[in-house]
Amino acid sequence: MIDYHFDWSVIARNSGKLGDALLLGLWLAVVSLLIGCVIGLLAAYARVSGKKWLSAPVWAYVEFIRCTPLLLLIFFLYFGLPEFDISFLDKTQSFVLSLSLYAGAYMCEVFRAGLASIPKQYVEAAKAIGMRPWQRQVYVVLPVMFRITLPSIGNNLISLFKDTSLAAAIAVPELTFTARQINANTFRVMEVWLTASALYLASAYLIAMVLRLLERRYASIR
Amino acid sequence: MNEPALLQAREVRKTFGQIEVLKGIDLTVQQGQVVSLIGASGSGKTTFLRCINLLEEHDGGEILLDGDPVGYTLSGTRRKRLSETKISAQRARLGMVFQQFNLFPHLSAIDNVMLGLTKVQGKGHSEAKDIAQHWLGRVGLAERAGHYPYQLSGGQQQRVAIARAVAMQPRLLLFDEVTSALDPELVAEVLGVMQGLAESGITMLLVSHEMMFVRDVSNHVVFLDQGKVAEAGPPSEIFGNPQNDRLKSFLGRFHGLFGRG
Repeated sequence: MIDYHFDWSVIARNSGKLGDALLLGLWLAVVSLLIGCVIGLLAAYARVSGKKWLSAPVWAYVEFIRCTPLLLLIFFLYFGLPEFDISFLDKTQSFVLSLSLYAGAYMCEVFRAGLASIPKQYVEAAKAIGMRPWQRQVYVVLPVMFRITLPSIGNNLISLFKDTSLAAAIAVPELTFTARQINANTFRVMEVWLTASALYLASAYLIAMVLRLLERRYASIR
Repeated sequence: MNEPALLQAREVRKTFGQIEVLKGIDLTVQQGQVVSLIGASGSGKTTFLRCINLLEEHDGGEILLDGDPVGYTLSGTRRKRLSETKISAQRARLGMVFQQFNLFPHLSAIDNVMLGLTKVQGKGHSEAKDIAQHWLGRVGLAERAGHYPYQLSGGQQQRVAIARAVAMQPRLLLFDEVTSALDPELVAEVLGVMQGLAESGITMLLVSHEMMFVRDVSNHVVFLDQGKVAEAGPPSEIFGNPQNDRLKSFLGRFHGLFGRG
């Protein structure tokens, strides 16, 4: 360690690769979050529907995802599904599916809490002007819930972004995988991992800052 | 036969669990009238108001709006609950202003007023905007159209809520203790707006603890006591010559406002 001589030229030589890898990771996180939000919203409505045949399977899904490691889900979908002749997904798509299912379970809980926290008085006001049930959801409940849950959605995005490193396990060329490859080729262990860490840190921090701006922009609920 | 009254309630009953809150309420509101409900807390005033626009469903008696039963249709003598869509359509014929304002927190004042106009009544954006602007002007808030609820005082929020309700041109406007959550110095601006609406001929049914206001604007006053109509009449009789003992003691709590009859 003491004798280690830093040689940062390895980073300069591979900057394009690292940049692409970082962007892929961000893209994976954002797409998975969006799909996860759709899954989570449907799941949250199923949970609060009061219909057992809807809420029970959703409950099982959420608990299963929350209580098993994400890496297992990734392996199961990537290596397991082809065993059942389901093999139309490439490794990136398979990972997006895994991360989306994972995000969906967490977003379900976020949205369920969000729906529960919306004061009844807003719904009553929407009823009083004659809005139909779906209109009350679309024009009042969802916009209010979105603003209430925005901080949680943001935290989930940052978590998901860090979890994209698990895609390295199935050789998706995101940042961790790419860093390991450069490592294997150059043996510049410290430079590569330090750079990868700095990129994760800077990106996650940037996301957090953007989210804070968004929260301020939508802070009409106090 | 005469045209049906705008609102006719007969023997309206409502029970929450074991507690019978409404024990058979009769009440009629004619077009253009201002009718006030007074009474102690827990006498059923608010519950009755909420039954009229189906925020609660009455479980006995009937409420007729322009002759149509509220909340159900009759096939023979059997009652069939209306679909959610039809219930929404019935609610759209009524306006309601709440004690806690209930403005949509994510929308500016003018968007609060426009939401029902565009989504429920299907009006175009510019027409809805003109209507909303007109009514915000009528409640004295033309300058605040772009403000969000959290940027407005309680009195201003309540005036926006009144504009939101009246802009829909409801057959009947319901007011549920709309000044009870306001700081005392903000009450007058809201009552002033309501007085203006009453004078312009809008039909109103209100629950209020503002006895001077009730006396001055109402055509008819109904005193509820323990879920029943204990006394009803023109304000001059109710305030000037009350007969019911409980009404006398109720009014006595506002002593100094009225001469004893």
